[in-house]
Amino acid sequence: MKSSEKYNKNKKRNQILVFSLFRVLNIAVIAILILILFFIFIRGYKTLSWEFITAMPEEGMTKGGIYPAIIGTLCLIGGSIIFAFPLGIFSGIYINEYTKNNWFKRFVSMMTNNLAGIPSIVFGLFGMALFVNTLGFGDSIIAGSLTLGILTLPVIIKTTEEALKSIDDSFRLGSYALGATKLQTIRKVILPIAFPNIITGLILSVGRVSGETAPILFTVAAYFLPKLPSGIFDQVMALPYHLYVISTSGTNITESRPVAYGTALVLIIMILIINLLANGLRMFFKNKVKMN
Amino acid sequence: MYKIETTNINLFYGNFQALTDINLLIKENTVTALIGPSGCGKSTYLRTLNRMNDLIDDVRIEGKVLIDGKDIYEKKVDVVELRKQVGMVFQKANPFPKSIFENVAFGLRVNGINDQKYVAEEVERSLRRAALWDEVKDKLKKSAFELSGGQQQRLCIARALAIKPSVILMDEPASALDPISTAKIEELIYDLKKNYTIIIVTHNMQQAARVSDNTAFFYLGKLIEHGVTKEIFLNPVKEATQNYITGRFG
Repeated sequence: MKSSEKYNKNKKRNQILVFSLFRVLNIAVIAILILILFFIFIRGYKTLSWEFITAMPEEGMTKGGIYPAIIGTLCLIGGSIIFAFPLGIFSGIYINEYTKNNWFKRFVSMMTNNLAGIPSIVFGLFGMALFVNTLGFGDSIIAGSLTLGILTLPVIIKTTEEALKSIDDSFRLGSYALGATKLQTIRKVILPIAFPNIITGLILSVGRVSGETAPILFTVAAYFLPKLPSGIFDQVMALPYHLYVISTSGTNITESRPVAYGTALVLIIMILIINLLANGLRMFFKNKVKMN
Repeated sequence: MYKIETTNINLFYGNFQALTDINLLIKENTVTALIGPSGCGKSTYLRTLNRMNDLIDDVRIEGKVLIDGKDIYEKKVDVVELRKQVGMVFQKANPFPKSIFENVAFGLRVNGINDQKYVAEEVERSLRRAALWDEVKDKLKKSAFELSGGQQQRLCIARALAIKPSVILMDEPASALDPISTAKIEELIYDLKKNYTIIIVTHNMQQAARVSDNTAFFYLGKLIEHGVTKEIFLNPVKEATQNYITGRFG
């Protein structure tokens, strides 16, 4: 009896100990995030003004605003979405719903993982070689969007695949048993259930697109271009590259630092807004699917 | 003529033979219970009747399955048409995450029927048939997931009835339900017999005895004995059958 009492006591103590540890680590993660946001906000909020987000840059980019960079980044997000969402979602559906579990599926899965592991600067060089030079798009929104699109493909494919994989087979069987075809089953039963989760992957990919510098470096980003693009074959400024330029090549650091933090803050706020919008969409689709 | 005739069915999962030389004749408007220990092949046999086994990789099926005299494994047979004729209810109720109404309407919609009035009529008819209408008529727009387990299973039966099958396959339809819900499902099976040919897999001996006209005992992928339920339970010919129904193994 004595020893079992002691054992139980230890059991409880260990439980408390381990959970406390998890809690502390969890708080640490959140703290890091808050610290970053706080840091950027403190240094950037003074720069933030209506003019800052609606005016052209002036005087070696230390005055004026970052309007063209915001528009440029939005163009790139939009462009890569148009290209990567359908391609990624359809690939994910194909891999999970249509391929049998054989060498081909494993090969595609391995290649998707490899694609995700390639450093983004390599995508940049690839984009330059293929879209800018070989296909002759030049430094342009379309070249940059395609490059960013390829970069985000693995994330979209993977989340689509995982979202579909997590759906219980009983839904599929139930649908087939009622005389539905495979396509009908996917469209009317599987996709509505998977959609809220697929959207999560899309959010992640959009966040990544808006923050990447390397892939746009050689494919679209302009160092200084105080006008808006008039078509998809135009160059644009983009927030992450603008941030890089201001932080590295300015001669007047005291003037340019606040602009850099302001730009960073705008970028973060933009991503935040996109995420909130996407979360709203996610909830919307989740409510449409009557899970409970 | 028999409603369903299966001759020399052999079924393989890869190298594993799950069914060996199954010969079984099933009459129209009867309930046939398939009994046997887990892994004996009764569910596999059930799924050959609406070709659900086709969905599993690496399955090979030999032999003949005739429904209304037509071989359902012939090349030109449309599986979708077959499954409209042979409905299925699963072990675990699997309503779609849609409204009660849309669950029942699903089979109609995927088969191209969109006339709102007709769909509504059919949904009501099917729900009445499945003895669920009175419980759900005021909440047809609510999610099917709000129903209890027993109601969900009856919803799945209603869903299967809506596409007007002539055969209904039931794979342990009551095994996850409480006794009251089970009794309701059994009553329902008894009613449905008038219009449908029903084949039910069950682990519950009493249930087999209560609901079925005929019983088939499967063991290790073989059909050991088949006959009138009463006979099978009272005077089984084979020793294995005797042992199983008296609970000496299972």
